[in-house]
Amino acid sequence: MSTEKMTIHLKVWRQKGPNEPGKLVDYTVNDANEHMSFLELLDWLNEALMKKGEEPIEFDHDCREGICGSCNMMINGMAHGPQRGTAACQLHMRQFKDGDTVVVEPWRATAFPLIKDLVVDRAAFDNIMAAGGYVSVNTGGYVDANAIPIPKDEAETAFDYAACIGCGACVAACPNSSASLFTAAKISQYAHLPQGHAERKKRVVAMVDQMEKEGFGDCSNHGECEAVCPKEISITAIAEMRREYIKAVL
Amino acid sequence: MEIIENSPKLVSKIPDGPLTEKWSKHKNSIKLLSPANKKKHTVLVVGTGLAGASAAASLAEMGYNVKAFCIQDSARRAHSIAAQGGINAAKNYPNDGDNVWRLFYDTIKGGDYRAREANVYRLAEVSNSIIDQCVAQGVPFAREYGGTLANRSFGGAQVSRTFYARGQTGQQLLLGAYSALMRQVHLGKVEMLPRREMLDLVKVDGKARGIIVRNLVTGDMERYAGDAVLLCTGGYGNVYYLSTNAKNSNVTAAWRCYKRGAFFGNPNYTQIHPTCIPVSGIYQSKLTLMSESLRNDGRVWVPKTKELAEQVRSGKLHPNDIKEDDRDYFLERKYPSFGNLVPRDVASRNAKYVCDEGRGVGSGLAVYLDFRDAIKEQGADTISAKYGNLFEMYEKIQGEDPYKVPMMIFPAVHYTMGGLWVDYNLMTTVPGLYALGEANFSDHGANRLGASALMQGLADGYFVVPYTLGDYLATDKPEKVDTSHPEFDKIEKEATERIDKLLAIKGKKTVLDFHRELGNLMWDYVGMSRNKEGLETAIEKISALREEFWKDVNIPGDANYYNKYLEYALRIADFLELGELMARDALVREESCGGHFREEYQVDGEAKRNDADFAFVSAWEYLNGEGERLHKEELKFENVELTQRSYK
Repeated sequence: MSTEKMTIHLKVWRQKGPNEPGKLVDYTVNDANEHMSFLELLDWLNEALMKKGEEPIEFDHDCREGICGSCNMMINGMAHGPQRGTAACQLHMRQFKDGDTVVVEPWRATAFPLIKDLVVDRAAFDNIMAAGGYVSVNTGGYVDANAIPIPKDEAETAFDYAACIGCGACVAACPNSSASLFTAAKISQYAHLPQGHAERKKRVVAMVDQMEKEGFGDCSNHGECEAVCPKEISITAIAEMRREYIKAVL
Repeated sequence: MEIIENSPKLVSKIPDGPLTEKWSKHKNSIKLLSPANKKKHTVLVVGTGLAGASAAASLAEMGYNVKAFCIQDSARRAHSIAAQGGINAAKNYPNDGDNVWRLFYDTIKGGDYRAREANVYRLAEVSNSIIDQCVAQGVPFAREYGGTLANRSFGGAQVSRTFYARGQTGQQLLLGAYSALMRQVHLGKVEMLPRREMLDLVKVDGKARGIIVRNLVTGDMERYAGDAVLLCTGGYGNVYYLSTNAKNSNVTAAWRCYKRGAFFGNPNYTQIHPTCIPVSGIYQSKLTLMSESLRNDGRVWVPKTKELAEQVRSGKLHPNDIKEDDRDYFLERKYPSFGNLVPRDVASRNAKYVCDEGRGVGSGLAVYLDFRDAIKEQGADTISAKYGNLFEMYEKIQGEDPYKVPMMIFPAVHYTMGGLWVDYNLMTTVPGLYALGEANFSDHGANRLGASALMQGLADGYFVVPYTLGDYLATDKPEKVDTSHPEFDKIEKEATERIDKLLAIKGKKTVLDFHRELGNLMWDYVGMSRNKEGLETAIEKISALREEFWKDVNIPGDANYYNKYLEYALRIADFLELGELMARDALVREESCGGHFREEYQVDGEAKRNDADFAFVSAWEYLNGEGERLHKEELKFENVELTQRSYK
């Protein structure tokens, strides 16, 4: 393994709170390493900042395995950075070159108000889920699991949509700040499963209405969401959602 | 230190009668609360992983008013989400001879006979309902072409009883429980309070009646009162600094309850998972697990000699150029009947041995997990269908293609079997305080089998606590308490003072510096193998480190806004206390069992249990600033014969 040092110049969005002005601040890390993850680079920088008596950069993170969906940042203008199908926590410095300048900013969308630095409030996603992102069953009293046969390819398609980690990259990348991919992924998961059929119509209407209420924009088929999705969820979900919606309201 | 044999304070409340009938009998005999009375009660659920989300949703469906808390920005991000491999159930769909008894037996044997028979049997018994429940919710499990559910085998078992959803089983199960929870939020039965960290437990008349939480966005202290508190806050593997746990996983809520009177059970029992991506440098912030399912097809090996290993490490020799005769498939060699599928503790320890012998690869602290033969036999497409996402993840992190070069793996801390002591009803020694999932000690003994964590979390939340909580409330009939009670003032003040004290230190070392040092001590002395001298050293050094922390930690900023490093400092302060208790617990247990390997007690490198003297649960009681007292709960085995575990 090579352990050669890299120098990385960073321009990071710093903003103390939602009502304070924010700006890009320059930092240089001289002892980065290609095996570091991008978040480890920020950890490294934060350690140096705190040792100098400065306040560290705040960012959300948790599992660092690309599955919890906590991390959220624009890296060089791209949600989660340049590597396809990769959340920021799994992006490694080998994707950058020695001497590169990297710009780091928060998700920007009306429905995701900023909390501090790179941290935003994504409660709007939970509200969309609460509006209908479930099968209305209580605990207990079900038939044997194998009594509901599901064709393998249908189950696989449902899974492809269910893989969403709720990070919000789709919103951040969309010129309209639309949450269509997020919302459609859940709707499409259930549309492909018999368990989801009973509430099919009610669900799509409730979730789409909630999405609008939260202040997300409409989808105008840019496809940026699909390009940045760390789970590579297909934009066909949005087509499915529209079909479901039309069927529900007609 | 005072030791209490057969402690009268540990009333396990295991029902009488034959093992197979205990749970049904118990359910028939415990009290019920009418729907009209349920809605008069408020339950505080802390943590929204599998245990917390399933419990909160189920209780709300039954009519209770639930307040649910999590430290993340959304309930969906709890660390259960990262579980990869699967969930066990005794469905016997593959017709390979599985049943509830076998799942029970494998789990109790896998735990090296250090768990309660009755709890483990109940777990096996409800396992099938969990699968039915999850399928009803629309969890997209893997399926066969005929539309039925698919199963695979997992370490420590000789049947295929593991249900899975690609390599993202935890994610799909959690999203199922989260969706049920959000439905109750929508119905107004659950109030969801994210970005809140529980900093203390409030007791009134000796019973759990509320919690103090810090709002992580505003920094405000908040109080919540209820009739019961369910702690579903996961494990404490992060005491080792590097672990597969999420960065924010911590022991604080459980530790605060310990300090308020809940006994801590078997704190030393830690699972070191064999298949993790090795450490690459000092900047490393966490370790990534590669699902154990990889061991179904991957073969674990190292070069036969130290000399060959040295050549590989220096880059002079490529692993693919090492001849078959020069490879040591050490698990297959030593354990011919289980081969690469031996339980986690055995696989980890053997990887350590070969690295200790100087035969490790990579940095010296790694062994190969090789898919060459599987690809040859089954084709790259089949292997990709089974493990594609794991291979991709490996390549992202490691920068090497596992289809072409053998993966490198090394053991890492993954799960803690220890946790708050609970009775059969999942209640701790504090009335009204329950612990569910990884936060309790109850079902996995000294070693957890693969695909059993998800099973336990959901069993506790969907199918155990919804029954047992009603019994407590119906019997106890708690009187109304609200947050203006003076106990809330007192406990909140203590939490605030603790924060102020930390912020006032303004020392030189960062929280991370302390965490890393603590982790090194824990890994070196309370890790994969332990001995008396090392454990005594650990106790001394951790205590010194703790003292240094309270004098020299540097926390940036202030308490009245979003401040992640303050959160972090509060958690490390508790880890610095827990680490010492873990060492004490390991010191007392003069035997080897499961994940607890004492070098003094072994036969040819295999753990040597001592059932005559150590078939008990260690439950530690905190004595207000004066150390701790050990209570023992004797484990009685009436249905299984205690044998030396053999996977040979």
